[in-house]
Amino acid sequence: MKIIIPVKRVLDPYTQARVNKQTQQVDLTNAKMAMNPFCEIAVEEALTLKESGSASETIAVSIGTDKTVDTLRTALAMGVDRAIFIKTDSELDLQPLHVAKILANIIKREEAELVIMGKQAVDNDNNQTGQMLSGLIDYSLGTFISKFDLSDDASSVEIGREIDSGIETRKLNLPAIVTVDLRLNEPRYASLPNIMKARSKPLETIELSSLGIDTSPRIKILSVEESGTKDRASKQVSSAEELFTELNQMGVL
Amino acid sequence: MSALILIELNGSDVSANTRAAITAALNLSDSLDALVLTNDASNASSVSALAGINTVKMIVDDALEHANVEVASRLIADVMNDYSFLVAGSSTFSKNILPRVGALLDVQPISDVCEIKSKNTFVRPLYAGNVMATVETSDETIVMTVRATAFEHSGDGGSASVETISASMPSANSEFISLQESVSERPELTTAERIVSGGRGLGSKENFALIEQLADKLDAAIGASRAAVDAGFISNDYQVGQTGKVVAPKLYLAVGISGAIQHLAGMKDSQVIVVINNDPDAPMSRMADLVWQVDLFDALNELNAYQV
Ligand SMILES: Cc1cc2nc3c(=O)[nH]c(=O)nc-3n(C[C@H](O)[C@H](O)[C@H](O)COP(=O)(O)OP(=O)(O)OC[C@H]3O[C@@H](n4cnc5c(N)ncnc54)[C@H](O)[C@@H]3O)c2cc1C
Repeated sequence: MKIIIPVKRVLDPYTQARVNKQTQQVDLTNAKMAMNPFCEIAVEEALTLKESGSASETIAVSIGTDKTVDTLRTALAMGVDRAIFIKTDSELDLQPLHVAKILANIIKREEAELVIMGKQAVDNDNNQTGQMLSGLIDYSLGTFISKFDLSDDASSVEIGREIDSGIETRKLNLPAIVTVDLRLNEPRYASLPNIMKARSKPLETIELSSLGIDTSPRIKILSVEESGTKDRASKQVSSAEELFTELNQMGVL
Repeated sequence: MSALILIELNGSDVSANTRAAITAALNLSDSLDALVLTNDASNASSVSALAGINTVKMIVDDALEHANVEVASRLIADVMNDYSFLVAGSSTFSKNILPRVGALLDVQPISDVCEIKSKNTFVRPLYAGNVMATVETSDETIVMTVRATAFEHSGDGGSASVETISASMPSANSEFISLQESVSERPELTTAERIVSGGRGLGSKENFALIEQLADKLDAAIGASRAAVDAGFISNDYQVGQTGKVVAPKLYLAVGISGAIQHLAGMKDSQVIVVINNDPDAPMSRMADLVWQVDLFDALNELNAYQV
């Protein structure tokens, strides 16, 4: 069983996004970038399957400019067998529909039976790409998973999904796509020797233009605005009585 | 230019986020229909009572009790021939299905709409809500989810006609096994007026009972940080934040929560924020209207003992 793990390079999740007022875009020049945390969890799950003998090969895929190679090297250093880099000329504004079409192309080419990916990227927070991909290639779909149990004959997987009302358990027949939630596993760090080894692992580059996929934007960002957390005029209280009195006055009890 | 509302049911009740979707959709079209996928035809009654809906379209089949996303998305995509908009409230229900519908229709869906500027221009959050983007779509069919905290929840008072659509069930390659549902007598997290939320500072599942006690005293819902859920103090459906639920109650009382960007993403629009924390530098405190800098166990014991 071949596993494909799409990974995305994003602004480090612990960094505050800043807007460039001139360009009306989020300013990523010199910003600290990282692999999307949900993608790290997806990589970890694929590696566990490989280590348990259930997977024949793990392949990380990412789309972007040359800097994207860093993220693929991280996946390789974590332990993925090989990487596919879909190279774009400039910072194209690729949207989930485009990404899903590109990934569909690669999955068909590789004949992968399982795709493990993050449920959302922490930059655009769309929470769409896995679902869209499953629609395009008609794979069964399990979103927001926190449990993944492959059947002994690797023909199906039992998943636990974190949904608004609790945990839903479903069985998916392969081929399937799962999108992972935070509590599925604890991703490993790449050790120094593995970072060195990753440099010699196979990394194939494919020009996006060679795939013949229409990437004209469907959505245009007209403007962006920092809306972060506005500081409030905090008032100190020091007893239950004081707190209840304040809350009563504010009329929120 | 009609709009279709995808109805999410909690039992036989229409969910609060669906009611927000109706309010939002009235900015897009005067003509709203509702789509219900269900195994139980009697669910039509709560939907036809919704204000603002012309026709309730129902697909009733046993297979729709815990519908497969593969089946649901195909059925919805087929109904969309007659509509320009598909609108649902943001939830794990809609986020599971709508993007797949989008792919089937070759449309780029728009997630978590917070404001409708025109029929093709919307405001939505990026970067855990630290950036709000105004986006314009060029798709002919527009598929979107809307934030339940950003729109009024429309009420009842309608009397929509009900039309049953007979559809053959697409084949499914997955099956439902079980649902481990959190049952609680307390107000529901996303619609509660008051929330008492606990973080890692609580230290254990046993201690988290102090949060529950305070919540009951205030007739509040319970919330939690990711750290509290990860540590097993409480189940996943109580997590507030970028990857949990988004809330905007009148009162949000955060106990032993530091205030990471990802947590603030889920509660920063709360009307009054109270922070109980012993760290004067916790980022959460800057967001607070009231801060009680104290050991949280002392504070909770005092609050729980206090005669209101
Ligand atoms: C991709 C991603 C998504 C995430 N999504 C979410 C999300 O949806 N929701 C979410 O909450 N987090 C999310 N997180 C995690 C987030 O970054 C923080 O790690 C988390 O919110 C921290 O939880 P906490 O505040 O309970 O714990 P901590 O940060 O450890 O804070 C504990 C607080 O308790 C206080 N405290 C401890 N003991 C006491 C005491 N005795 N008395 C008083 N105060 C005390 C401390 O001073 C501290 O401020 C996400 C992270 C990532 C990377």
